Amino acid sequence: MSVSVKKWFKDGDPWIWINAGAVAISMIMVFGLLALIASRGLVHFWAHDVMQAELHGNDGQVRIIAGELVESEEVLAEQLRDAGYVIPDDAEYMQRDLMKLGNRDVYGGDFRWVLDDALKNRSYPEDIMTIERREWGNFYGFIDSIKENGNVVATGSESWPELTKRIERALEIHEEIHNIEKVEIGAINNGMERLRLKQRRLELDNQATPENLLAIEEARAELDAEYKVLQDQLVVLYGEIGRDKLIARTVEGTMVDIDLSKIVRAFQPNAMSLGEKIVFYFEKIVEFISDDPREANTEGGIFPAIYGTVLMVLLMSIIVTPLGVIAAVYIREYAHQGALTRVIRIAVNNLAGVPSIVYGVFGLGFFIYFVGSGIDQALFPEALPSPTFGTGGLLWASITLAILTLPVVIVATEEGLARIPRSMREGSLALGATKAETLWRVVLPMASPAMMTGMILAIARAAGEVAPLMLVGVVKLAPSLPLDGNYPYLHLDQKFMHLGFHIYDVGFQSPNVEAARPLVYATSLLLVIVIALLNLTAVSIRNRLREKYKALEM
Amino acid sequence: MTELLDREKAMQDETNSNQDVTNESARGHAIDISSLKREGSNHKIENEEVALKVNDLRLCYGEKEALHGINMTIPKKRVTAFIGPSGCGKSTLLRCFNRMNDLVDGCNITGQILLDDQDIYQRSVEVAELRRRVGMVFQKPNPFPKSIYENVAYGLRIQGINKKRILDETVEWSLRSAALWDEVKDRLNDSALGLSGGQQQRLVIARTVAVKPEVLLLDEPASALDPLSTLKIEELIHQLKDDYTIVIVTHNMQQAARVSDYTAFMYMGDLIEFGNTDELFTNPAKKQTEDYITGRYG
Repeated sequence: MSVSVKKWFKDGDPWIWINAGAVAISMIMVFGLLALIASRGLVHFWAHDVMQAELHGNDGQVRIIAGELVESEEVLAEQLRDAGYVIPDDAEYMQRDLMKLGNRDVYGGDFRWVLDDALKNRSYPEDIMTIERREWGNFYGFIDSIKENGNVVATGSESWPELTKRIERALEIHEEIHNIEKVEIGAINNGMERLRLKQRRLELDNQATPENLLAIEEARAELDAEYKVLQDQLVVLYGEIGRDKLIARTVEGTMVDIDLSKIVRAFQPNAMSLGEKIVFYFEKIVEFISDDPREANTEGGIFPAIYGTVLMVLLMSIIVTPLGVIAAVYIREYAHQGALTRVIRIAVNNLAGVPSIVYGVFGLGFFIYFVGSGIDQALFPEALPSPTFGTGGLLWASITLAILTLPVVIVATEEGLARIPRSMREGSLALGATKAETLWRVVLPMASPAMMTGMILAIARAAGEVAPLMLVGVVKLAPSLPLDGNYPYLHLDQKFMHLGFHIYDVGFQSPNVEAARPLVYATSLLLVIVIALLNLTAVSIRNRLREKYKALEM
Repeated sequence: MTELLDREKAMQDETNSNQDVTNESARGHAIDISSLKREGSNHKIENEEVALKVNDLRLCYGEKEALHGINMTIPKKRVTAFIGPSGCGKSTLLRCFNRMNDLVDGCNITGQILLDDQDIYQRSVEVAELRRRVGMVFQKPNPFPKSIYENVAYGLRIQGINKKRILDETVEWSLRSAALWDEVKDRLNDSALGLSGGQQQRLVIARTVAVKPEVLLLDEPASALDPLSTLKIEELIHQLKDDYTIVIVTHNMQQAARVSDYTAFMYMGDLIEFGNTDELFTNPAKKQTEDYITGRYG
């Protein structure tokens, strides 16, 4: 027996088992995490059925409620008794359901925990509808009638098709209003601000001659005229969008007036077929990816956050890759390999271990307060006292993360350079190339896969980083995108939104935690997907390079 | 055992003293080759034009001296082979001719190597320019991970020659010189790494030839190749010697006998014997040479 155990050890079988076990555990954890995030996040977009039921209170009071059943859990009966519920004596555990009742304007809150036993006479009426609103969250209830300019145009069963038709119209107008307000008026505001700064600049430079001021005044008048036109259009549009009104009835019979301009979408989930629900599901996902957030980030999409994250990571890569590569080339190829280079190498490696918040503090203290305000004094005095670069922004966030990820790029590139066979360098030098030519034409191309590896690691680290960003330019809600159609197009000084911070903000700073939770999961999933996509792009580029320069086996 | 060592030491003393004599005469005009003159030899070294002249070359790796004062003359448009046991300094000497040893940390060189009467170790010499004139092929084929065409054009491109017509002509000419044209003419844009070892080595020779050097240094060019490829390389050396001065380091004495006009035997950092290949192999002047070529040591 002992011999066979000994033999088993000697064969190396246990090590194989241990290794395989470690791999298996890692895989299970990673996929488990992804599955958890995906399942919790993706359910959110489904058109859940709306349940109507009688809620029997402790005192025998009966209320009718309607809403989505979000989740159920078992609780100790003792706990419930302490909370004042009347529970049968023999019960040890009771089931408790979280209902999304919506109608925040009526009830004061969207969610409510109810005892499963207290819900009687459950039903799923076909004509119950869910309305997603721009304010006050969802509305659950029945359609009563539709009014146009105060006159009833449809009642009862015929009003549903009428409603969908009119919502569509309202959405179109809303889109138009949004476009005018955000894009066209945004551009005018941008122009106005630039004129104001120009005038201020002239005053500071003592060149505020009447001619100069007149030119500015003319330009301003022009913009004002444009603005007037848009303003008039807006007044008309607002009049049109406010034309229709929906009179809806809650399950308890309360009548609620809802402006059609406030409705994002109305649907009757209980009447929808599976196919319709699937279409609806993908519509919601598209909305999530491509829309702006609503209601303190707990509804709507997260497009600005995706945009900000990707743009920041791209800028970071553009900054960190050349810097890291140049540093690595110097350390490996040109610097004398002595004690000093060793110290530098150790220092670089240690930089990778510094907590990221420290980089954030450094970015805030050095880049923003020192460099940023210096730039403001020198280049943007007209905007003072309001800071341009002297406050957190896209540029500083990118540079801070670039420093954070610099060690990764340096180490990876150095290793790549060390792996280039000596014979390649000698071959080039023997043909009369100088060291610089050899580097440029042979060594660096061959080391490019290693540089890409460094960049991949840098992207992976930077895209998931949140803590330093909170100090150097990420906000929970940015008024505009950092890259848009207004001069100078890429707004390096602007604050931006970021998926990682969005998760933190929605998950932990939101006033409506229950509503926000699925969005946290969905956002996490999206962040993982964004990072994976960025990485896959870099990996595919690297593989192509590797294929091209696969002479390293020599 | 001690006896053997003593004998070796005695022999080394002998060569050293012998070289002292050579040094003196070398400062005159040519090395003392009286001992090499034999009747019936085809090439007399004093009748040859001089390509490279080495004067009292000493090389130290840090504290350790690897070459102890070498004096020799490499004749123009002839094949000169360096033979000797491993670690005898033949590759080190070869690498001195195009200053490849500059890349080695702690390498210190004294003495002179004259190329066209100019010391290549002078400060004013541009190393890149020197290496253009003295090309080198290494032990293992080291084509760049580029296309065949780009490999051959590399030397021209770094000289700033980018005209397609000139490049095309030179590439074809170089590949023909290296007897590789017929094998690769249809796949010039394929990666050079797809070639066989022998083809790669001939590509490297073509690449070196493309910059039109005066001297070709071959550092064991066939040691990593199979017999057939070796044969092709040797044939190539035969063809190339009409236009280039070739210096070849080899472990393989048959190869040295086959391809070279002159042979230098080196041992422990000293040049023991240098002379006409036929004579050196049939009638060596020194006991050490004889011992080595008859396989008694090395």
